[in-house]
Order: sequence, then C-alpha cells, then structure tokens
Amino acid sequence: MGDFDDLYREIILDHYRSPRNRGELASPPAHRVEGFNPLCGDEVVISLLVEDGTLSDLKIEGSGCSISQSSASLMSSAVKGKSLEDVYQLIHTFKGMMSIHEALLGKDGEAEEPEAIDLNELGELAALQGVVKFPVRIKCATLSWNALAQGLDEVAAGVS
Amino acid sequence: MTTTTPLNVEALRKDFPLLTRSVHDHPIVYLDSASSALQPQAVIDAMARYYETTHANVHRGVYATAEESTHLYEQTRVVVGRLIGAPDPAHEIVFTKNTTESINLVAHTWARTNLKAGDRILLTEMEHHANIVPWLMLAEEVGLEVRYLPVDGEGRLDLTDLATLLQGVKLVGVSAMSNVLGTINPVAEIAAAAHSAGALVLVDGAQLVPHAPVNVTALGADFIAFSGHKMMGPTGIGVLWAHASLLNAMPPFLGGGGMILDVKLDSFRAAPPPGRFEAGTPPIAEAVGLSAAVDYLSEIGMDRIRAHERELTSYALARLDEKLGSDCRIFGPPAGEDRGGVISLAYRDVHAHDLAQVLDQFGVCVRPGHHCAKPLMRKLGVSATARASLSLFSDEHDIEVLIEGLVEAGRLFG
Repeated sequence: MGDFDDLYREIILDHYRSPRNRGELASPPAHRVEGFNPLCGDEVVISLLVEDGTLSDLKIEGSGCSISQSSASLMSSAVKGKSLEDVYQLIHTFKGMMSIHEALLGKDGEAEEPEAIDLNELGELAALQGVVKFPVRIKCATLSWNALAQGLDEVAAGVS
Repeated sequence: MTTTTPLNVEALRKDFPLLTRSVHDHPIVYLDSASSALQPQAVIDAMARYYETTHANVHRGVYATAEESTHLYEQTRVVVGRLIGAPDPAHEIVFTKNTTESINLVAHTWARTNLKAGDRILLTEMEHHANIVPWLMLAEEVGLEVRYLPVDGEGRLDLTDLATLLQGVKLVGVSAMSNVLGTINPVAEIAAAAHSAGALVLVDGAQLVPHAPVNVTALGADFIAFSGHKMMGPTGIGVLWAHASLLNAMPPFLGGGGMILDVKLDSFRAAPPPGRFEAGTPPIAEAVGLSAAVDYLSEIGMDRIRAHERELTSYALARLDEKLGSDCRIFGPPAGEDRGGVISLAYRDVHAHDLAQVLDQFGVCVRPGHHCAKPLMRKLGVSATARASLSLFSDEHDIEVLIEGLVEAGRLFG
C-alpha cells in the first residue's frame, strides 16, 4: 500500500479531520469566490481579504473528499498573511508540483521526483505530492488553489 | 414469482477474462456494471474473429466478405430486437453510439418535428442526465415546458399527481431502472396513463435491459434506448427501438452516406428506416460483439439473471445493515420486486471518493460521484454516493470484500 499511504499521509488526514481557517469573512470587505468540481460535486467557498498587497485573512467553507478539503486547509495555513507576490508564487509552485508529475506520468507511467520544484518551499504542502500518483484526484487537490487564484485575479481587477 | 434454476456463478465467472486480474495484490471485485459491464470471452472472440476473417464495410461492396459483414450487421438487429420483444426487429432497431445518442436522436428528429412552443414534456426526478439535458436543450430552442414526476422518500416515483402532471404532455421520458437508486419503475402503469393523455413514452432502458426480461409491448414503450457496453457488449454501440410507424414518420438525424436514397446537388431523398438514422460507416464490429453479448445473456436467461441479482441484492442490503448498521446509509427502496442490483451508499461521513479509493486497495471497483443524476442527488441531499452494482457474475464474497473495505475506510477517516 505504498502509493496509497503516500496519498493519505497523516498530515492530510489531520487537516481533513480538523480543517484550519474554516468559515466565512464578512463580505464586503472580504471577497468571496467559489470553486466547483463538476465531476464529483466537491466545492469550496473562499472569503479572502486583501489589504496593502497582503492576503491578510482568508476563510474556507466547502464540502468534498479528504483530498480537496485537506488541500484547502493546508493552503489556507500556507498563504494567510503572505504578500500577494508570495501567494502567487506558491500557487505557481503548488500547481507545478501537480502538473509536472502529471506530465511525467503521461510519458512512462512512473512518477519521478520533480526537478524544477523546490519542495522545501512548499513546507507541509509537499505532503500532497502523493496525490499525483492518482491522476483522477489531482483535480481534488487543485480545486481550492484554482479558486484562490481566480479570487485574487478578481480582486486585482476590481470585481466585487 | 416463478422459480428459476439458480446460476452457477462460479462457472460463469470463468467466462470473464478480466475477473482473473489482480489489483493491488487482491483479486478484482468488479461492482461497477451499472457504469460499464465486463465482456465474456465469447464477445471478445466474436469481435476478433470478425476482424480476422470478415471485416468489410457494410451496404457497399458485392464481394463475399462485404456481403457477410452486411449480413452480420443486419442480423444483429434481429438478435437485439428479439431480446426486447420488438414486433418487427429488422426494421425497428436503430444502431447509435450509446443510450445518450439514442435519446438525442429522438429529441432531434421526432420531438423537433412534433413539438411546438408551449408543449410539455414529463420526465422524472431520477433521470440520468442523458434523459434530461437533451430535453432542456430542446425546451430552450422550441419553448417547451419540462415537468418532473417526483421521487418519494423511499426512492420510488410518486404517481399521486400523475394525471394532473400529464395534462398537455406530448412525451414522457422515464428510466426503466434508476442508475442511482436501483428502483425498477412501474413503466407500464405510467405508459398506460401517458397514452390515455395522448402522450408518447420514451423509456431509458440502459439499466434494465441488461439485467431483466424486457418486452417493449408489455412496457408500453414507444421508444426505448439502451447501450451495448452495459449488457456485456462493446462500447461504441447503442440501440434505439421505436415502432416502425413512428420511425417512418421521423426525419433523418445526421446527414451523410448510407442514410439516403438519392442525392442531387440541391436536394436529397432520405432512405427508409433504420438506415435513415445511421449516417456514415456504422459500428460493425461492435454490432457483431453486441450480437454475441445478447446470445450470451439469452443463453443464460434474462429471468435467471434477474433472479440471481435480486437475491444477491437482498443479501447485500441485509449484510450491509447487519455489519454496518446505521453507519451505512443506503439509498433506494428495500429489496424486492422493484429493486435492481444497484446499491448507492454513504458510509459515516467518509466522502464517496475516499471510500472508493480505499475500496480500490481491496481490488473493489465501485463508482463514486453523482452518477450523472445531479437533480436526484440534490433531492437526496448528498453531493456524491459510492455505488456498487451487481452483475450475473457477482457473488456473496464480493459483498463481504465490499464490507471489509468500508470498515477499513471508516477506520482511516473516522
């Protein structure tokens, strides 16, 4: 059960059982964005507060599988209080971890260690790398990240 | 209930090469036939033999293999038609890609020419998206009103207001058996009421035709749609049956070769049915495979298959309750005459995807998700279920492994 244990690491199960930053922020001033996976019905609702170029607060509501919900929780811990620049960089790195593995899997069916991604930069989030051995579940892991990116883009564009 | 000779499941399992496979060091436990069935060796052999010895396009060449190919393809209409009691199988069986395309064919041809703004269509809340979306698309285009027969608390159709709901309805679309709840619907009763109200009846037979005896006349169907791959045939071929009189009055579906009598630069004349609805080279090898699949099922006997699956459903529901109790919520009616071998369940608070992922570690194949029935899932108040669906080769051991996997998922996520 190597791959399986890699998928459901203890830290993932912990964030699933006890999700961090759960809830909603008053909107306005917070911006609300929804992420939805039509394949499995998983959803996240992110309230995010951007102040002076910093993601000063965010809360997440939603329902779904352990991967989508723990990824959202891990993400919230990682990005809260960070500068937008750092948040965008983290989104980029995280999605890179998912897509690089996906591309490698497509070629020879074997996952390889990513070279261009510094897993140290990801901290606890690196626990989610086991997901890439289960291609169907990658969308679960990236659901909240795509929603966050969309939300930040909307804030930047002045959408309320 | 008539008594039937029980299936020799152990012997039948040997007919399915895929069942010899191991997954994660466990023998595969295939409980996803409602999604797509496995193929017996006879089907695989028939298709391989066809490609090795016979393949040629149909309805074109005059050489020997082209004649044989055409014969095999046309003969499949008769084989499939007989399975469902079609009065005139050679002329009433139309081959499509799958159930979805069969329903879309009716929407594009019969419905588009016979329905006008303000007309009503009655569907049910337990329909698969394939029997909802084509009608919503047409409703938007033409201006139809789409109504729904509600599902009651036990997962059966509530017919209380059927007569009222049927007022002004031109077409009723109903699944013969729910792909989520396993409910076998009282299609004959609904069809009788629909016909009295002047409506035609389209039956989604995707789940029932592979698992029980079906007779289109007894059902009161005007159209019935089903898929080859859910009845142990190959993917890529589906069936639409309709009365010849209906098919004769319907315009073509897709345009192209094979569906015409004559083509001029500014006009064409359509071929008679069923060719009228089969533009382009059809799924010939798939028809050969489907024919072998129907022969396989018929040889076993649809009544025996149904009896086996009913009994095993009854066993499974009782065992799930006995071993897991209230931790396991099962959707759909209790075991009985109107319950097919589709078991959707929720286990504690574990998400269906996680359940399915853990079950995979036990070699168990179940389907997690909304099962292309989102309106029904909303009604049930869940976003996803894990669905185990039975087949003629399923047995009590499969159910025990399923339960073992569920318990492990509960331990992991509890």
